[in-house]
Amino acid sequence: MDKFFRWLFGKRSTATKTIDTANTAPLTEEQLKSIVGNQNPHFDLQQLISASGQSVGKQRELNEDSLLALTATMAGNSGNLPFGLYIVADGMGGHQFGEVASNAAIRTVAGYILRKFHSHLFQIKTDTMDESFQEIMQAAVSEAQRAIQREAPGSGTTLTAALVVGQQITVAHVGDSRAYFVYPDGRIEPITRDHSLVQRLQELGHITQEEAENYPHRNVLYRALGQGEILEPDIFNVGFPQPAILMLCSDGLWGVVAEQDLVKSINEAPNLQRACQNLVTAANIAGGPDNISVVLTQLIG
Amino acid sequence: MVVKQSTANYNSPNWRNALETRIFPDLSDDDEGGERSPVQRQLQAGAKLANRYSIQEVVGLGGMGSVYRARDMHFPNVTKLVAVKEMINTAPDPLVRETIVQNFEREANLLATLTHPAIPRIYDYFSLESRSYLVLEFIHGKDMEGIISDTNGFLPETQVLTWAMELCDVLDFLHKHKPDAIIFRDMKPSNVMINSNGDVILIDFGIAKVFQSGSKGTMIGTEGYSPPEQYRGEATPMADIYALGATIHHALTRRDPRLEPPFSFSERPLRRINPSISPELEIIVNRALEYDPASRFQTAAEMRDALVSVARKTGVLVRTGSPTGPIKTNGIKPLWSFKCEDEIRGTPSISQGSLFIGAYDNNLYALDAAEGKFQWKYPTDGGIVSRPALMDGNVYIGSEDKRLHVVSARSGKVVWTYYTDAPIRSSPRIAEGHVFIGSDDSYLHAINLATGRKAWSFESADAIRSTPFVLNDIVYFGCESGEYYAVNFRGELKWRFRAKRSVTSSTVGHGQSIFFSSVDSTLYALDPSNGWLLWKFRLGKASISTPCIADDLIFVGAADGFIYAVEARTSKEAWRFRTEHQVNGSPVIYKDSLYCGSVDGSLYCLEYRTGRLRWKFGTEGAITGTPLVYDDIIYFGSTDHQVYALLA
Repeated sequence: MDKFFRWLFGKRSTATKTIDTANTAPLTEEQLKSIVGNQNPHFDLQQLISASGQSVGKQRELNEDSLLALTATMAGNSGNLPFGLYIVADGMGGHQFGEVASNAAIRTVAGYILRKFHSHLFQIKTDTMDESFQEIMQAAVSEAQRAIQREAPGSGTTLTAALVVGQQITVAHVGDSRAYFVYPDGRIEPITRDHSLVQRLQELGHITQEEAENYPHRNVLYRALGQGEILEPDIFNVGFPQPAILMLCSDGLWGVVAEQDLVKSINEAPNLQRACQNLVTAANIAGGPDNISVVLTQLIG
Repeated sequence: MVVKQSTANYNSPNWRNALETRIFPDLSDDDEGGERSPVQRQLQAGAKLANRYSIQEVVGLGGMGSVYRARDMHFPNVTKLVAVKEMINTAPDPLVRETIVQNFEREANLLATLTHPAIPRIYDYFSLESRSYLVLEFIHGKDMEGIISDTNGFLPETQVLTWAMELCDVLDFLHKHKPDAIIFRDMKPSNVMINSNGDVILIDFGIAKVFQSGSKGTMIGTEGYSPPEQYRGEATPMADIYALGATIHHALTRRDPRLEPPFSFSERPLRRINPSISPELEIIVNRALEYDPASRFQTAAEMRDALVSVARKTGVLVRTGSPTGPIKTNGIKPLWSFKCEDEIRGTPSISQGSLFIGAYDNNLYALDAAEGKFQWKYPTDGGIVSRPALMDGNVYIGSEDKRLHVVSARSGKVVWTYYTDAPIRSSPRIAEGHVFIGSDDSYLHAINLATGRKAWSFESADAIRSTPFVLNDIVYFGCESGEYYAVNFRGELKWRFRAKRSVTSSTVGHGQSIFFSSVDSTLYALDPSNGWLLWKFRLGKASISTPCIADDLIFVGAADGFIYAVEARTSKEAWRFRTEHQVNGSPVIYKDSLYCGSVDGSLYCLEYRTGRLRWKFGTEGAITGTPLVYDDIIYFGSTDHQVYALLA
């Protein structure tokens, strides 16, 4: 039976037309979906897959968002260690500096992390690293903080970065871009906490969700990369749940598309690339008031 | 606070950073003056301003420009020092610029009329081109932020209390100003100078704020200290009272609110961080920090009166060393106790109403758990420092006589023994039909439960005193050289990790992470599947204490006498509790309490979420083992030779 489903699944994605014109009663779109949804495709090789999407939106002229997605697979007799680095940064500040800040953030953070891992991943590994994932993340964020203050003083950026090593995700987070887990059963679970005034007021129970949505200072952040003398990013570890999709996005997506529509866009798409496109389209259809960035990644196998 | 999408904003903290880094991009295309940066235009030493003030040096960088120390040359025969505060008018629109200058002059006129010992006197003000200057009294002293950071440990309560009363005084003076109240709006430690007499002086007056009105969406006030309503643009006397509460909180706790989420003071109660603070003062600070302005002190005078009454009762005037609350010590009666012939350093186990515990007198004891009555003892030829394991009616225990002993739980008769080549200080772990145990012979031994024969052994770099931990068919253990191993059930190495010193602590964990401590003063979190280091948490001293987990918290003791609670995901400290001596045993969690022994001889019961002491129970010797809690009863041994049973 399982084989049959897999055959069906394969058939559908490669030769949908054949099914449509077949004389035998084809499965309806919904039946197919439930099969695809329930199916947990098995890959012998555990690996990360990812896709991303970005749009300037409908109302801005300038794209101040930056994103980075890096997925590596290295498998062999000596083992297999999925490795990935995913970052979304939403720049802010006057003139053109927002985009300088977000770009400096992704480059600096990624450069720092890759340099740290280089000698351990792309050489014959002799020993475990001296520094912990959290220490590396912290140092990468501090370096980005200095880089922004040097390259674009006065500007700032959000930063949500996920380093995936094996089944371990190390997240560094500042500002109001977000990371979510999206499950095939329709659950969506935010794993970061916005550093925004409105979020803080909500956490304290001083304003309700509805009030928050109409709050006049929705865009006030109390923590951003490049800002302030002292920066305390949220850094934490979380296991990569299987099956689930890790989504990183800027507020140009989560701020305009309702959570349930985010889930729908992802779970109804045949693959991650299409899911990213659907998400960007959904945000633009909703008015596209801000730059949109999204990265989806999944640990399969 | 920052506002996304706003235009470049010269007043937010980032501007200050820009000043500090001394590197400027072309910030404004609209600046027709051709002059680019205020730093480039900073006055040099020796420059004379308005033909009167001779600049000596830059003493500070304010939000809008520099602050200089200058000499007033109108007094040629004496050295009269003044502070010259420079504010740069950056508004591109000429009409706006003019309005700003008018506002500045109005404010300066207002300030010049204020006479109060805690407000610097204003001598002069003037505007030159795009810059305005305020000349004020030069204060010899240090700002409160500098004092806080340069002090080791906490500032004395009496000192902070005195400052707080003086600050209430000056706020009250400002708030009562006629015809309009003056709101300071930026109360924080760095805006409070303590002069050479030890008195407070408010600096960086709200006058500068007129230069901010031009920028859209700017958040006035200082992140961390500002009350919630200030972000809505409301400035009332109650806002200053909140910021004063925040300032006092920072001074008493050393916790910088700019590093914490806004309005989170209630999550950091004063007396949890600094238990020596009097409860009365805590109540006052809490009231000043109420979220709702209506719940705060309504006037600075009211707050001052409250502070004075604390000062009378506890602080400045009379100091009564009040205890930190009713703590029961030794008011607790044990349910029973049982005396062995030598020290107990190990940990008990319980099964079917019997308690099993080994002692330094070489015996493994079986006691009736309900009453502490002796059931049997089994003699080995060496001291027992570990914890017995139980399986299918047998008790497994390692002894310094180099053997693993397997004894019938009912009769105390030996079933089989297994020899290693050195003393055993590791506790046995049973999984999948095997018992795993480490030995000072540096081997991890896997022994078949049914036959008592060795299945395999794994050679490590040094003596293994930690207890093997089994998770998903992998055995994890550390050894005295600091090597840490993950070995599968066939005895093959999966991965290894190296701590800087011995790993005597055993491991705890789950699928996502495993945790252990080391003599290198670190609590480690590793990925169990590949040994990558997730985080390290720095302990004050070496640790051989095995961590325990509850909710999202990891608890561990260390030789610095502290019991630590660390958040598992973020590796942030949740709390720490100080005992009087080393904590070498491991904490255990039962219901909402944490139980842990200390070498100071006491067993501590803490509320595990907050680290608050519930009670402690003193014994005559060090407690180095781990307590066992079962059915609301705590069992533990002490080096006073006794086994105790207490009600949890």
